[in-house]
Amino acid sequence: MSDAWQSYVRRIEELAARSGLAFHPVDFEAVPDSFMMEIAVYGLPVRMPHWSFGVRYIYQLIQRHMGHSRLFEVVFPGNPGHAYLAESNGLAENILVTAHVLGHADFARNNLLFRRCQAQVSEHIVEHAANHARQIQQAIETHGAQRVEAALDAALALEQHIDIDQQLRRPRYPEYLEDPRTHFDDDFRKRFAALEPASAASFVEVKKRAPVPPHPERDLLWFVANYAPEMESWERDIFLAVREESFYFYPVFASQIMNEGWASYWHARLLREADFIPQQAYLDAIKCHSDVVRPVAAEQQVALSINPYHLGFAMWEKIVESKGLAAARAIMEQDDDFGFVRNHLTRELADELGLFRFSARSDGQVKVLEPDLTALHEAILAPKYNFGAPIVSAAHVRNDGTLELTHDSATDARGLDLERSRKVLDYLQRVWRRPIVLTTVNQAGSALELTAP
Amino acid sequence: MAARAEKVYEKGMGQDGGKGETAGAAKWYELFSRGARDWLRHDEKVREAVRANLPEIIAGGDVINGGARTVRVPVRMLEHYHFRLRRPEESQGAGQGKAKPGDVFSAPGREQGQGEKGPGGRDEGEVQLLLEFKVDDIVDWLWEAMKLPNLKARVGPSEETDWTREGWDRHGARSRLDRRRSFKELVKRRGAPGATPTFIDEDLRYRQLARRRQPAVHAVVFFMLDVSGSMSDRDRKLAKTFFFWVVQGLRREYRSLETVFVAHTTEAWEFNEPDFFQVSGTGGTVASSGLAKVREIIDGRYNPGRCNLYLFYASDGDNSVSDAADARGALGVIAADACFTGYVEVSSGLSRQLATETGKLFAELQSAGCAAGSYALNDFEDVWGAVRHFFTAESSAPE
Repeated sequence: MSDAWQSYVRRIEELAARSGLAFHPVDFEAVPDSFMMEIAVYGLPVRMPHWSFGVRYIYQLIQRHMGHSRLFEVVFPGNPGHAYLAESNGLAENILVTAHVLGHADFARNNLLFRRCQAQVSEHIVEHAANHARQIQQAIETHGAQRVEAALDAALALEQHIDIDQQLRRPRYPEYLEDPRTHFDDDFRKRFAALEPASAASFVEVKKRAPVPPHPERDLLWFVANYAPEMESWERDIFLAVREESFYFYPVFASQIMNEGWASYWHARLLREADFIPQQAYLDAIKCHSDVVRPVAAEQQVALSINPYHLGFAMWEKIVESKGLAAARAIMEQDDDFGFVRNHLTRELADELGLFRFSARSDGQVKVLEPDLTALHEAILAPKYNFGAPIVSAAHVRNDGTLELTHDSATDARGLDLERSRKVLDYLQRVWRRPIVLTTVNQAGSALELTAP
Repeated sequence: MAARAEKVYEKGMGQDGGKGETAGAAKWYELFSRGARDWLRHDEKVREAVRANLPEIIAGGDVINGGARTVRVPVRMLEHYHFRLRRPEESQGAGQGKAKPGDVFSAPGREQGQGEKGPGGRDEGEVQLLLEFKVDDIVDWLWEAMKLPNLKARVGPSEETDWTREGWDRHGARSRLDRRRSFKELVKRRGAPGATPTFIDEDLRYRQLARRRQPAVHAVVFFMLDVSGSMSDRDRKLAKTFFFWVVQGLRREYRSLETVFVAHTTEAWEFNEPDFFQVSGTGGTVASSGLAKVREIIDGRYNPGRCNLYLFYASDGDNSVSDAADARGALGVIAADACFTGYVEVSSGLSRQLATETGKLFAELQSAGCAAGSYALNDFEDVWGAVRHFFTAESSAPE
């Protein structure tokens, strides 16, 4: 950590605080590029071991060797937040990154989705994840690498299948159905019961066991951890550990455009307002900024993807310009990407940025579609629906322990990829240890059942 | 390693937020790469998968590159599966740039890696790996998987002793003093190396030698290939693949294994290994000429009483009828000296099941009580069957 940069950190923090950013303190640490890459691959500085991370690691290595990507920073929200900066950053890049990190810290502390998830996961996800990694290491020592890997195969395959509207530490379903006699909230029933107490009493004599699950359950990690008939307790712990990390990942995933845009808006603005930065460093930093928020289409005429930094940055500039900073802060606090894009990506801005909607055939032919703002919003947001995963819920557990899963193909508008789904069922079957049935639809739209084993 | 690294980190985190490591100490992440660890695990899984399907993968002769001690197997990266929607015929997306409604262009490869950005940002194209396997490992796995017996040597000392290094002792010849080890002992005794380390006798460690018995016999394998006009390229390749694995199997048993390659039409020649499989000839098939050549080489170079002889003969079986008596005679003489004689009939397309001239010769040999066997090799899938057949037949053959 260079002294020059260190002295700027304090001054940028002061400037940010004066500009209205409210953030928890952030610990900055400069780390080697190799470690930066690992953080990006694992999503957390220390995380459970699994071979699938090794696959991502190699893809990252290849990407980096081809010069496709360069990582400047990774920041973890919390109190204090942790920011890892690449050692290879120059002074100008570090100044920019510092301002960027403070934008993220402000976002993570004030955005409601982040706050809600942090209230569940606590503000120490980095430490929690390291703790999970240690527990899993212990499990490997006790139960053997193969069994732990089988549990992780299943748990990580379901990592997107959580229900963010539920508690992280969620109680089990009530054991029995609610007694209808307690439903005396409407006047008719009260009067009826008062008229003839005997017949009201004979309404339901025995307590009825509630079915499991009482309603289709999307929180698969939780459901399996709690209701698998023959799971070991350490396997349940692994499922719950993965689930906790998913609770941490969800807001990062679901507000990426807003969050990156907000951080980019603030690094640009703080840099502009920081009169203490030498001219050369400022120029270098601005150059770096324009690299980061550059639209993907800068070099090519047309790109079939959108850089979230660019889109978010442009949207925040527009919002602050037209509505003022106070309104922008209110939006930042209340929205996630869904609300943000649907409410604030206007026709004019979309035209200005040259955003368009296209349809691509599987043979690679791409056709640009007629402009339609609502449809454009959905095209941008579609990959983010339901944590980026199909909606699969646990529908029923049969008497013999067979798990019935259903895919909500009506909402997802098409069926599941059968080959992959079968493999996921295989993973899951090894911890559920009873048959699993999954219903989805085939190409023609008629119902289809997959089973394991 | 993993546990230790993470525990160190934990400690750091607990005490002072992960930032207060002492100045000189290396950070754990400089000493240990989780990415590399998990990558190795992935590799191991790939190897397990390859190993499970090994016979099918390597029977296709392409993986064998002449003479090398490794084979290369192309594999895809493993995928960790998630629930995913079926890839639609037509998908919608959002893009940016100068494009008007109605514009049509082609973007091959867009489908790949699109829409797969999960929490960890997985955005993966297709990458192929070329895994290299040691032939020795493969042979070990195969013998294990196919439960093939080990061979029995027929002649020569069944075991030979050899000296190998094994362990340390406090006494020994000066020349075998292990300085590094002794120094470690000194450090252990003193706690830490002082300014003037002085060795005492207790510190000194000498390398010890132990007798190790090894099956150490010499063997020579004759590979005889019919290269007459009726043998196609594919036939030769089949024979090559079979011969390759036979050599590997025999190498498991014999420390020094010599190979002799003989090709014949109506005449016979000796070749070196690379040329052997390239040879093609024209004309008829006279097995006795090849057998005579083998006999000549045996008499000239090898003493059947001192080394184990193997003969493997690959042909399409169309030996000329007039040669039957000569061939029978020559074969009988060689079989008497050899540990085993094997015949593979490579006749792609035609499955004649050994009902050929040459087939009959070997059948007679076998029924006469010699260690012999034959196998019809019609396709690459049969190679393993052939290898298994010969190695089981060899070990159960009469001595």
